[in-house]
Amino acid sequence: MTTALTVLAPGPLTTVQDAGRPGLAALGVGRSGACDRASYALANRLVGNEVGAAALEVTLGGLALRAERDVVVALAGARCPGAPHDAVVALRAGEELRLGPPEAGLRTYVAVRGGVDVPAVLGSRSTDVLSGLGPAALRAGDALAAGPAPSRFPDVDVAPVPEPAAGDVVVRVLPGPRRDWFTGAAWAALTTGAYAVTSESNRVGVRLEGAALERARDGELPSEGMVRGALQVPPSGEPVLFLADHPVTGGYPVIGCVVDADVDRCAQLRPGQRLLLRPAR
Amino acid sequence: MRVLPCGTSGLLVELDALDDVLALYAALEDDPPAGVLDLVPAARTLLLHLDPEAGDAAAVEAAVRGARTRRGVRGTRAGGDLVEVPVVYDGEDLEEIGELTGWGADGVVERHTAQEWTVAFCGFAPGFGYLVADGDEEWQVPRRSSPRTRVPAGSVALAGEFTGVYPRESPGGWQLLGRTDLPVFDLDRDPPALLVPGARVRFTAVRAGS
Repeated sequence: MTTALTVLAPGPLTTVQDAGRPGLAALGVGRSGACDRASYALANRLVGNEVGAAALEVTLGGLALRAERDVVVALAGARCPGAPHDAVVALRAGEELRLGPPEAGLRTYVAVRGGVDVPAVLGSRSTDVLSGLGPAALRAGDALAAGPAPSRFPDVDVAPVPEPAAGDVVVRVLPGPRRDWFTGAAWAALTTGAYAVTSESNRVGVRLEGAALERARDGELPSEGMVRGALQVPPSGEPVLFLADHPVTGGYPVIGCVVDADVDRCAQLRPGQRLLLRPAR
Repeated sequence: MRVLPCGTSGLLVELDALDDVLALYAALEDDPPAGVLDLVPAARTLLLHLDPEAGDAAAVEAAVRGARTRRGVRGTRAGGDLVEVPVVYDGEDLEEIGELTGWGADGVVERHTAQEWTVAFCGFAPGFGYLVADGDEEWQVPRRSSPRTRVPAGSVALAGEFTGVYPRESPGGWQLLGRTDLPVFDLDRDPPALLVPGARVRFTAVRAGS
């Protein structure tokens, strides 16, 4: 396999991601996959890739790549200075692509025409940081291959889409399966106040800091299945919003669930940013 | 059966007992309703992951309520084969488990090997099965008050009403009974997990090095 791209620098964290491993939860294997699915899909569409082709998920920029042959790439998600955004870019052999730190948003997707070709694990090329499945995070010096170019040609040059917000982010929340384990005051605090995103956040979840949510009942919950977007409340009372690499099952009650269409925007939250959860109508 | 809300991409079905979970899981796995991406059986619940674009949650709920379940599915899944797990019973917590249960270390091993176990569900890590006893013995062992930062792969352990085998080295709060060389999760096998929901398991005592 010939090298398409060499990693000169990976930035704080760059992983390979695709649509994940749905269908294996009963074996204890979570879905994983791109955290911001819409931005990932957009980057792939820009280079004409098949749905589900593997791309790079770059956290807080910093990625530097060198083309070893002519390649076509596209970036979507958080806009990184120094790199063309939401547009198709042809890199000549020897040319470099350097992503500066984004001013807003957290995750940038770099799609390569043909898809990033690394060995699939259980049908997916995604790195699951919780279970350890999938390829290791990128390191300087890694050689990346690309798959054969798809028959489809890119059908859009530039995609005007809303970019991740820098200020407060408002998303819709629905009562979760264990809403009744919490007081009415807890639900009111959750859906009227603001929560700050902490630096403990990762692909597993966004850890939130704010009003502690009071339980209406004691007792332990038998472990149960968890969804992306679930707001799980550990004993501290401060919720964790689950993202792509969330555990398959969990033993703390889920007070609410962010509407699926809004979870992508949560995956772009940076530490210090505020999240406002408001009841879905 | 109680169907609990779980956002726009899930339905959480709460049932009375583990056998009901296994029965519903078996029925839905054989005949999954349209729009269901994944099923997650657990101790008292079955979670359905829905495709928010393809799924009609009301139709899925109707299909769940109308699912034709049959009783007694324990041990009938996974080809009905009995999985034998050879164990060296030399775990660091064996003496303490003997005291906690009042059975003594030998009594714990005797009971652990005398009956069959059923994999109720998987979680915590890929291939980590939660096994429940099929016999009448009352297994209730508390977790360790402070979890270990490193539990070796192959550790056979107890917590609550469950026994399990750690598929790989990880942190863990379960009480350690012993260890097995049997790989319970192997990416080169299909399916990679040996202990899948519904499978029957028997533990056998072996000597170290055998």
